[in-house]
Amino acid sequence: MAVNYTKVPVREQDPKVRATNFDEVCLGYNAEEAVAEAQRCLSCKNPMCVKGCPVNINIPAFIGRIKEEDFEGAAKEIAKYSALPAVCGRVCPQETQCEGRCVLGNKGDAVSIGKLERFTADWSREHNIDLVEKAEPKNKKVAVIGAGPAGLTCAGDLAKKGYDVTIFEALHKAGGVLSYGIPEFRLPKNEVVMHEVENIKKLGVKIETNVIIGKTVSIDELMEKEHFDAVFIGSGAGLPKFMNIPGETAMGVVSANEYLTRVNLMRAFDDEYDTPVRTGKKVAVIGGGNVAMDAVRTALRLGAEAHIVYRRSEAELPARIEEIHHAKEEGVIFNTLTNPVEILTDEEGWVSGMKCIKMELGEPDESGRRRPVEIPGSEFVMEVDMVVMSLGTSPNPLISSTTPGLDTNKWKCIVAEEDTGLTSKQGVYAGGDAVTGAATVILAMGAGKNAAEAIDKYLSE
Amino acid sequence: MYKIIKKQMLTPTIYEMEIEAPRVARSALPGQFIILRIDEKGERIPLTISDYDAEKGTVSIVTQAVGKSTMQLMTYNEGDSIADFVGPLGCPSDLCSESLDELKKKKIIFVAGGVGAAPIYPQVKWLKSKGIKSDVLIGARNKDLLILVDEMKEVAENVYIATDDGTAGFAGRATDLLEDLVNNQGKEYNHAVVIGPMIMMKFTSMTTKKLGIHTIVSLNPIMVDGTGMCGACRVVVDGEVKFACVDGPEFDGHKVDYDGAMRRQTMYKTEEGRAKLRYEEGATHKNGGCGCGGEK
Repeated sequence: MAVNYTKVPVREQDPKVRATNFDEVCLGYNAEEAVAEAQRCLSCKNPMCVKGCPVNINIPAFIGRIKEEDFEGAAKEIAKYSALPAVCGRVCPQETQCEGRCVLGNKGDAVSIGKLERFTADWSREHNIDLVEKAEPKNKKVAVIGAGPAGLTCAGDLAKKGYDVTIFEALHKAGGVLSYGIPEFRLPKNEVVMHEVENIKKLGVKIETNVIIGKTVSIDELMEKEHFDAVFIGSGAGLPKFMNIPGETAMGVVSANEYLTRVNLMRAFDDEYDTPVRTGKKVAVIGGGNVAMDAVRTALRLGAEAHIVYRRSEAELPARIEEIHHAKEEGVIFNTLTNPVEILTDEEGWVSGMKCIKMELGEPDESGRRRPVEIPGSEFVMEVDMVVMSLGTSPNPLISSTTPGLDTNKWKCIVAEEDTGLTSKQGVYAGGDAVTGAATVILAMGAGKNAAEAIDKYLSE
Repeated sequence: MYKIIKKQMLTPTIYEMEIEAPRVARSALPGQFIILRIDEKGERIPLTISDYDAEKGTVSIVTQAVGKSTMQLMTYNEGDSIADFVGPLGCPSDLCSESLDELKKKKIIFVAGGVGAAPIYPQVKWLKSKGIKSDVLIGARNKDLLILVDEMKEVAENVYIATDDGTAGFAGRATDLLEDLVNNQGKEYNHAVVIGPMIMMKFTSMTTKKLGIHTIVSLNPIMVDGTGMCGACRVVVDGEVKFACVDGPEFDGHKVDYDGAMRRQTMYKTEEGRAKLRYEEGATHKNGGCGCGGEK
């Protein structure tokens, strides 16, 4: 059979239409398209794609099932490795992971592994496929802190092995960044996120919301008074960074976390909900990562003229290519090589503008990217009425500061062994952004998975 | 779900609710707050803890019906449940971490403005349980807005009342009474805890500064998560940006930028005003209202 180097295009909402709604941008493959795309897979004997996957999904195996139109079989194949396929199929950076390693990518388009994973997961949800396999109960209790990607994965894997698992979640809803951070138009909450959370509950995992570890109860209390045999910390990197420039506490300056939480978790875009959000007429989002793209596309949908303000050039934007592409299609304006130096306010204290300076790229810095350097005398004022700071996040010290014996590094990240997630405290494991600082959903899932293995080993000794 | 065990109207618009939340009750200390959400579509409302009972597993809050959510909560009765109740949040009062010897050296006055009496109560009660005496000054616009006076009398050494219109106690502002106590009645204080509306804390702190009394205030800015995640609650204290939810809510009253904090409190005033109107008048504002799109 001739090799087909061109992927089956995926259907998307028209950019002009979707810029005004919160419905999902990408519509995904239907069965026919999925089978056609699956047939492009060469079923390599030594599949490079699997090596690119942080949770080692047997990619050729599930794609093989799609080729045979055995979609249930494909779902079961993925379920052996991942509890969140509908999420990963949507938000993983496939271009640098599985698809980035696909041999077809050398001469043409890689197989659209992410879109096939998404199709499989969506099909299995729509057809109510039961993916639950339970083991004999082991009579050992594990506490998981945080119901985000790391915690959900770790909890799901441990439950499958027969452990009695309780997840403690600080917010009122499970999902972590999947609920509060990533917008509805990229990751539908009720259909996709909550469904995958329900699947994890079906494995027997209990989720206690509104419990802040370090405030409501401490890790020592969980282990000593509530008799948990092991703890996994997947509390994420929740603290937003600000620039520390004048005017930053003005009204109309918010962190991307606040903005996205109001809109995603608290559904401020929906009139039925009581959450207030400021929409702004001209919004500047400072930063160039995936969170910045989410924030700027949210501002656009709320009716603003939406700008990305980024201090390096477009080539250095850390966001996924697909997100940048989507943002541009929808009408987001990119102001690159631009850095804010001061936020200006009107007499009432509202944002009235932003003083910026133009940048140029100098020598590469320690990250390997060319360092942005200010061009003297290039200051100018950008007229904006709202500024969203999206400069990254760092781990919350609530847990580390209340857990004696738990070591952190100078960035307040919890120190944990890379392969096992074991921390400096016996029986306590950690993974995801709490350890690495802000990274991706799938890396957090990989860490949750490794920790589940290690916890099983530890409790089986 | 979190059950309302007891509800009491303290004035026609101020109410106290005792809510079943065993985990919060076990860990709560004076000075901390909680966040509650009435139902699936509600806002997250931060409220300072006004009392807690670890054995009973309950936490009490006092609030005044001023906006849509607090008006809606007021319609809830004993036996009803609310969707979410999380805490205790923020740092406990500094008094809680001081040694008994240090506490004994303090001559403490609590100054409450209106509903601010509620978060002061557990601090006074806690001190009494340690054998430490303290005075309380409650100020309100008129006698109908005074709350917890009898409860306070049980735990405080002296309770002083000031009303703007003179319908109860001293006729005048809390600050005037405080100056009178110190300057004319021979009272001596070296530590003040001031809780009330932002403007009241600002002016009372100015008075205590003049009187040379070290002062702590408890800020109640806009919040979302209450764990340091959103930064909505940032305030400038001593020239530095702080998150009230994790660094506070209590700060040195002489170092807070009150004007900035007051401005930030009004950030969602229009949106909140519209929500209140919708609640009071029904969905007459459905189609974007006047079409201004929620300008300031």
